[in-house]
Amino acid sequence: MQTKPRLLTVLDFVTAALFVLAIGMVFFYAPLEAVMGQVQRVFYFHVAAGWVGMLSFLVAAIAGVVYLTSSNRKWDIVSLSAIEIGIVFAFINIVSGSIWARPIWNTWWTWDPRLTTATVMELIYAAYLMLRQGIEDPDRRARFGAVYAIVGFVSVPLTFFSARLFRTIHPIVIGTNQAGAEGDFDMTPMMLQTFMFSLLTFTFVFADLLWHRIRVGWLAEKVEQLRLKTIQ
Amino acid sequence: MKRESALVTRDTQYTVRNPLLSFLRALSAVVWKDLSAEMRSRELLSAMLVFALLVILIFNFALDLDPKTRQESTITAGVLWVIFTFAGTLGLNRSMAVEKDRGCIDGLLLAPVDRSAIYFGKTIANLVFMLIVEIIVLPIYSLLYNVNLFQPGLLLVTLLGSVGYVAVGTLLATMAVQARTRDVLLPILLFPVVLPIVLSAVKASGGFLDGIEMTEIRPWLNLLVVYDIIFIAIAFMVFDFVVEE
Repeated sequence: MQTKPRLLTVLDFVTAALFVLAIGMVFFYAPLEAVMGQVQRVFYFHVAAGWVGMLSFLVAAIAGVVYLTSSNRKWDIVSLSAIEIGIVFAFINIVSGSIWARPIWNTWWTWDPRLTTATVMELIYAAYLMLRQGIEDPDRRARFGAVYAIVGFVSVPLTFFSARLFRTIHPIVIGTNQAGAEGDFDMTPMMLQTFMFSLLTFTFVFADLLWHRIRVGWLAEKVEQLRLKTIQ
Repeated sequence: MKRESALVTRDTQYTVRNPLLSFLRALSAVVWKDLSAEMRSRELLSAMLVFALLVILIFNFALDLDPKTRQESTITAGVLWVIFTFAGTLGLNRSMAVEKDRGCIDGLLLAPVDRSAIYFGKTIANLVFMLIVEIIVLPIYSLLYNVNLFQPGLLLVTLLGSVGYVAVGTLLATMAVQARTRDVLLPILLFPVVLPIVLSAVKASGGFLDGIEMTEIRPWLNLLVVYDIIFIAIAFMVFDFVVEE
């Protein structure tokens, strides 16, 4: 078996340290938001988790394109790993959003464009996992996975725009807010620093998890090959 | 014997001489094969139609569909699109399953034609089936609930929506029938991806039925057209990988 690369161990420690620091910043460095109070602190990790979700689905779609052009199994493992991580983080994003929405919007859930898009994204990638489960032939599984990762990712922005044509109440972090967005606030420099630091931390968490998951994928593939060899 | 060889040379001449013409010939051959098979068995269309009527029946009792008791026509547009989506899934699944079951798809793939001709042929055939169902369902619905569904705008939305639905549906159905869990897989794969088209088609149809101004309906129509173009392009590019052995 391949030994764990030293760089990965370093990355593990850096990520852990960044995470502790980020939690510290969220609770002690960032000032208390004037209107919403303590619950606003969920914002830093809420957006960061959503960012990792989108990033991993993008990585999966790109890895899918590369797999289809190169047919190198490595990229299939990258695509699958990214989607598994993305599903978890998109779920964290939805749950933390609900926790924030309960006191601010006075409801756990509303069919706002972002919420709708997040839900559809979860369903698309759940379908991706089901598609893979239903196919035994590894080559075909990889090809279909890549195709569905691409088709699904392309559909996500369209879902967002179609839902956007309804009126939205979700605040927009980047860009101008529509009138009627509830739970909007202006960030002070300290808040912005904490926010950016959370994004950076979660990106590190993503990279670290992805690396680990790809290694697991390699090992799983090796096990499968060994098993085939002993059967023969 | 002599006749056979003459035919072969004529065909190869066609292929060499004009690639566009040979592409169109292959495409129309696939479409014709599907349509004539359906004309003889009629199993796909009859299943889709009976299913569509049953959905109307169920909705009639589950929701109050009488327009007199409902102020807005959103419910009509919604019910119509649920019928089209469900009946469409049934048709797509069946249309690809018959190819897979008897190994017909292998025969199609062995033919010396471009793979995209097979994709577009199947898509057009599926589109024809879906349009036939819609052409039959619309007057029945108009008759049963006393609403006029024959407005040019609504028909345009129905056409645009069906094109997009079938374009991505044919691609995903080709994948779904090759999986172990094929009967349950297609709706799970298709519905989340096709959501933008159902959403904008429902809104645009509802807009036309309510007589809303064109400026408010146009964004939905634009979205439908954009979706159609994007998904036809993507399906065209990746279809090769879905049928490759």
